[in-house]
Amino acid sequence: MERSQPRRQVAAMKQSLFDQGLLDEQFIQLEELSDDANPNFVEEIVTLYYRDSSRLISSIEQALKERHTLDFNKLDTLMHQFKGSSSSIGAKKVKAECTLFREYCRTGNAEGCMKTFQQLKKEYASLRKKLEAYFQLARQAGPMETACRPK
Amino acid sequence: MNLSNVKGSTMSTPSSSGSHLRSTGDAVSDQFPAGLRVLVVDDDPTCLMILEKMLKACLYEVTKCKCAEAALELLRGNKNGFDIVISDVHMPDMDGFKLLEHIGLEMDLPVIMMSADDGKHVVMKGVTHGACDYLIKPVRIEALKNIWQHVVRKRKTGWRDPEQSGSIDEGDRQQKVSDDADYSSSANEGKSSKKRRDEEEDADERDDSSTLKKPRVVWSVELHQQFMAAVNQLGIDKAVPKKILELMNVPGLTRENVASHLQKYRLYLRRLSGVSQQQNNLNNSFMNPQDPTFGSTSINGIDLQALSVAGQLPAQSLAKLQAAGLGRSTAKPVMSMPLVEQRNLFSFESPKLRFGEGQMQHLNTNKPINLLHGIPTNMEPKQLANLHQSAQSLGNLNMRINASVAQRSPLLMQMGQSQPRGQMIGENGSHVNQLPTSLLQPTVPNRISNGVIRNGIASSSNINAAYNQVPQSSSFLNFPMNQTNEMSVRSFPLGSHPGISNITTKGMLQEEVTSGIKGSSGFVPNYDIFNELQPQKSQDWDLTTAGLTYDATQHSNHVQGNTDVSVSPSVLVHPGFTSIQQTGQNRDTTSSMGKDMFSIGEGMDQGNLQNISQPQNPLLVDNSVRVKAERVPDASSQTNFFPEQYGQEDLMSALLKQEGIGLAENEFDFDGYSLDNIPV
Repeated sequence: MERSQPRRQVAAMKQSLFDQGLLDEQFIQLEELSDDANPNFVEEIVTLYYRDSSRLISSIEQALKERHTLDFNKLDTLMHQFKGSSSSIGAKKVKAECTLFREYCRTGNAEGCMKTFQQLKKEYASLRKKLEAYFQLARQAGPMETACRPK
Repeated sequence: MNLSNVKGSTMSTPSSSGSHLRSTGDAVSDQFPAGLRVLVVDDDPTCLMILEKMLKACLYEVTKCKCAEAALELLRGNKNGFDIVISDVHMPDMDGFKLLEHIGLEMDLPVIMMSADDGKHVVMKGVTHGACDYLIKPVRIEALKNIWQHVVRKRKTGWRDPEQSGSIDEGDRQQKVSDDADYSSSANEGKSSKKRRDEEEDADERDDSSTLKKPRVVWSVELHQQFMAAVNQLGIDKAVPKKILELMNVPGLTRENVASHLQKYRLYLRRLSGVSQQQNNLNNSFMNPQDPTFGSTSINGIDLQALSVAGQLPAQSLAKLQAAGLGRSTAKPVMSMPLVEQRNLFSFESPKLRFGEGQMQHLNTNKPINLLHGIPTNMEPKQLANLHQSAQSLGNLNMRINASVAQRSPLLMQMGQSQPRGQMIGENGSHVNQLPTSLLQPTVPNRISNGVIRNGIASSSNINAAYNQVPQSSSFLNFPMNQTNEMSVRSFPLGSHPGISNITTKGMLQEEVTSGIKGSSGFVPNYDIFNELQPQKSQDWDLTTAGLTYDATQHSNHVQGNTDVSVSPSVLVHPGFTSIQQTGQNRDTTSSMGKDMFSIGEGMDQGNLQNISQPQNPLLVDNSVRVKAERVPDASSQTNFFPEQYGQEDLMSALLKQEGIGLAENEFDFDGYSLDNIPV
């Protein structure tokens, strides 16, 4: 039981992440890619994601500093990249914020962009923490069998 | 989180295991699709890694690439090393569609595009560019599991044809064939890339169902090499499908195959060489900004080199400029103002590149930049073109000189002219820089002036030479009057490119002004300024063509800008060169140009170069600016811009000399003529 305890915890945590709408199917796909060669594949990917996307975030931030002369095209492009990345790891809420942000860019709504971006950053950071916790627990629980789909 | 060794390997050369597949003609071993050699290109490392993992899970052989250039290198270095390519659409160094085109043309591999963008038009773009599939990110492994179908499809076509298609080479061909099969794309058959794209889609469908259809020729590397050899042997101009076919002597290859491949190849070359290619063929076609940089840069006169580059640049830039300026009046011959038009940097349409054979041509196509803004000379379009070129250079010079004036000048010149010029003229205000972009814009005048001046000055032929020379020397300003005989505008020692234009304008203006340079067909190249320099007939500059119909009245005032045109008024004085120089003058209004020009005419003396230039505005702005300047009587008369060689060159040189040329270091390599010094 102890052995399954952590496992169950991990599963529960994962379930909760899904329930909160933070993760989507893509995450499962990634988990399914884990194998013996890369048991912690998902963790690696997520780490890579956060590392790479942080520069995108700062670029966007920088671009948003031009308060009144926002270059919406540029912002849209940056956000497009960011969205692509986020969707690859299954970051559902982050992805939604990206979409919203791009909408604002399309309509040239600077205020909307800035607000959305703030929200996005929050989601982004929050997800990171949660995933970190999740991976930690998962590592403790030992290698899991194939990824189980959350209900 | 601790990052376990996240492999960020970029690319690994494809292992050879996959080659087994290739060796067997059908290559479809039992393992297939396992071992399929996939090249993945994506600038996002996260996605790249995920894809790699997924593809590996499908038992494919994966090579990752972070950027398109690297991918192309890989592919080129290893033509048969891959079976299929998956590429992202949005990449920093190269557009995914571009990569797609390249691959299709060079290697003809099936390419799958990917993007988070699922907009219909983007997907459509993928289709039209020839992608064999389009995946929406995030990509699921299920989608990747089936990509082998695209490879098979291609192979199928290829397999079917190998005998007939040209890709047969006994021996390696065999192998190649299979490879080719892989690559065979219906589009391959010499279709232009565009067609190819469409074809590709069609081909795919056709392949499946068309056993009866004519097998597609797989243009394998060897076949293509044979093709190239034949083409080179015949000479790209003379390469006709029939002859190529004969030379290639490949059984089963039809003339149609060769024809379509030739077309595709030509397009490819064109794309690669950009400007250079255009030289002859593209003169007109250059109008499009194929080489945006080209045009823009050259226009600015900054690329004198470009200009000099076989004058193609001028053409191109002209085209570009024109396009930019005029909104693409490709090859619109500047009618009235042959010179002007041509010269007009703005209107790169140098309809009549009467000038030099080659150079001007380019210019002509573009729109004769009314380089000679002020130069009512009848510079032939060519001249204009030349001027144009020079204008560009001049433009640059002008920059130096007066930056504004120069530009204006052309404008002025153009003003008289037709619309194209008008644009330029309007631009008068814009400084040389603007010229490039707006070529049409008077800023171009620099160039034009160069050209124009040249035209007026030198006989068209001369001018061409002049231009040619000039361009070579980068920027017309080469006026250092290489051609002493040629009145090539070049000779405007405008030193600074911009200045040159000014000079021309000035000259023109002057001429125009006084002689009432008719806008039509270029203003009569009243390069009075030049006249002074060379009493020769340069007057015949038909600057009128330049269309610098600068109102004489105007010129008087316009001289203002010219001040900067240090283009030695003397130079401008040259017949008909209404020293449109206004280099500085590019004042905003054409009228001013005219004025300047006129003023030039009036005071065409060397000092007046400025006047000329100034019509900057007037030059271009109003076509109506009649550069009545008295074009140097001699000069103005003709339509041929440089009926006689006005000593445009001389003028220029004179002007420049006056200045003590220190030619601005502008790109134009003006021989150090600094228009600035030109005493106006």
